[in-house]
Amino acid sequence: MTGILRRDPRQEWIARNRLHPEHERVLAELGQGTAVATEWVGPNGVIRKNPHAVGFIGPNGIKRIDRSGVQQAASAGRGVGHESAAADSRRRVEIDAPAFLVAVVPDMAGGRLSSHDRDLLGLARQLADADSEQPGAVLAVVFGNHKEDGFGEAGVDRLLHLDEEVFDGYMPEARLAALSTVERELAPYHWLLPDSKLGGADLGRRLAARIQERPATGVWQIEKDDACELGWRCTARGAAGTTDIQRALPRVVLALAECAEPVSETRHAVQPLALSQVLPPLLGRIEDLGQVAVDPAGVALAEAEFILSAGNGIKDWDGFHHAAKVLGATEGASRVAVDDGFMPRHRQVGATGTWVTARVYVAVGISGAIQHLQGIQSCEKVVAINLDPGCDMIKRADLAVIGDSASILAALVDMVEQQREEKRDAA
Amino acid sequence: MQPEAHAKAALEVAVLVSIGRHPLTGRARRADQDARGVELAMSLDKARITLMHAGALDDDSESALRGYLGMGFQTLTLVEQPRDADVIPALASALSETKPQLVISGERAEQGEGSGLLPYLLAERLGWPVVSGLASVEKVEDGVATLLQALPRGQRRRLQVRLPAIVTVDAAASAARQSAYGPARRGELRCTEALAVPDEASSEWTVQPARKRPKRLKIVKAASARDRFKAAAAKAEGGGGQVLTDVTPEQGAEAIFKLLKEEGVLR
Repeated sequence: MTGILRRDPRQEWIARNRLHPEHERVLAELGQGTAVATEWVGPNGVIRKNPHAVGFIGPNGIKRIDRSGVQQAASAGRGVGHESAAADSRRRVEIDAPAFLVAVVPDMAGGRLSSHDRDLLGLARQLADADSEQPGAVLAVVFGNHKEDGFGEAGVDRLLHLDEEVFDGYMPEARLAALSTVERELAPYHWLLPDSKLGGADLGRRLAARIQERPATGVWQIEKDDACELGWRCTARGAAGTTDIQRALPRVVLALAECAEPVSETRHAVQPLALSQVLPPLLGRIEDLGQVAVDPAGVALAEAEFILSAGNGIKDWDGFHHAAKVLGATEGASRVAVDDGFMPRHRQVGATGTWVTARVYVAVGISGAIQHLQGIQSCEKVVAINLDPGCDMIKRADLAVIGDSASILAALVDMVEQQREEKRDAA
Repeated sequence: MQPEAHAKAALEVAVLVSIGRHPLTGRARRADQDARGVELAMSLDKARITLMHAGALDDDSESALRGYLGMGFQTLTLVEQPRDADVIPALASALSETKPQLVISGERAEQGEGSGLLPYLLAERLGWPVVSGLASVEKVEDGVATLLQALPRGQRRRLQVRLPAIVTVDAAASAARQSAYGPARRGELRCTEALAVPDEASSEWTVQPARKRPKRLKIVKAASARDRFKAAAAKAEGGGGQVLTDVTPEQGAEAIFKLLKEEGVLR
């Protein structure tokens, strides 16, 4: 068969003519289901629409067209088609024989890629994809256990996962040794690390000192420049953020947050990679003795990691304070609770109080006024305990429990205490 | 903190100080983090503290360096270097001569490149461990220092490091004491000569006052007008949040407990 599209004008005419007795059969033959054939690609590649097939007959016998998408999602066949289209819209990219490697060492705070890490991966993609003839591959070096499953969407082609126990905690020497091994074995063309305190900033400077490359720190912009050695130049913050330094991009780059747009249009094959040699045992001179218990009440609300926040729904305040103490959470409050005098003003969360950045925010008895929701915008996980299943906080929450807050908090406290007891017995 | 009084002191501490820059007026001053480092050194028990600076000596830098002397010191070692010199070799040789047990520095300079690389490069050259972001030094015993490292969100981590070591000070360390004018005037800057290595790479850079960084726009990728409208008019919503209705308090508490455990906020 040739590839020429053969048209049957009569069939098409019948397909257009809804009153033709053979209309349904012809539609089925043409592969256009009855309700489905609202849009198709015509012979000249133009999209044709059948406006008669759109919509449905409403209860009063009037034709209705639903543009809110509810109907479309509800009708099964179309819904599935839509879903898969949405999932596949990101182009799959596989780079089998990369011309070079761009190594990224994400912070993985809390075991997941932070937004800073994603920005950095976006920057790495810029460097890797600059020459479409010879694309490079982005290598992510991840230490310790992680909970991330979106490496591909973030733009990682190769993943080197080093999950030995020696990397847990603050182990800069062990991590540095591993990175030096990566440098020897894979010799990445670029090293990118986040310039974030105690994460990439520390490790990146160690790495640069070890491999004797002068890094650019505080990089927030890169642009192509063929006059430079690596073909790029960068703008970096200098002198405690008061100057901008324009310089050629070095091999080791410590970049600030928002240095590039995160990857959104492509999905990448996260091919696992392993080092060929076993890392040598290391005699560390720095020993991590673990985190020190800090009084959560003394931590400023704006930088607290875990906040237990109280609202108008709290009746048992002693129980709330006890729960915060047992959970080791910093106490917060909504405006109502503060106005009623149950909590001090400096504990208020929201637009008129403090904008918090907690990783976990537990809202107890807070319905979620818009001012309060603004204040918790940057919280990662929000847990809501509330009696009203329709309130705005429930919509925002990642986990919502509908019920009496006092008894749920009491049960939670029991659970935590019981677990601590078991730990103590085991130890 | 007179050196004579502590001649038999067990711990030799060197504090690397730099010349700061006032964020508003742009005048030379004692650098905030380095002053915190000096304060940290002064909080140590039985320490003999040497202040050390590598750089050029002129009117501005002298007044700034005297700011450190005013914290209660009689001398400051000044390793003389021209303005555009790489101070690492000079500092490394000065440190290997004086052999301090603990070297304290700030995190990054307030002038020049301010990359914060100096402690790392010194450590690499001297073969010492380096620990960054200290809040305080708890104790020093038998050549092992117990340190408190400042983590984000007000947390602290306890570390042990074998001396000699280089440590940098975090902004969470206790604030520096005031500099007294009299002692600052009376103090002596002890100049030593050192070989100057010019820093060639930095001459190729262009330096300007920091530009304001462009604010990131919220990019909405939507296929249809309806999606765009929804994104523009959307209230904050988690989407896909799990809602537990009709559960006993125990079941609810268990779900929350599991989430808290997963996030690792329970200790």
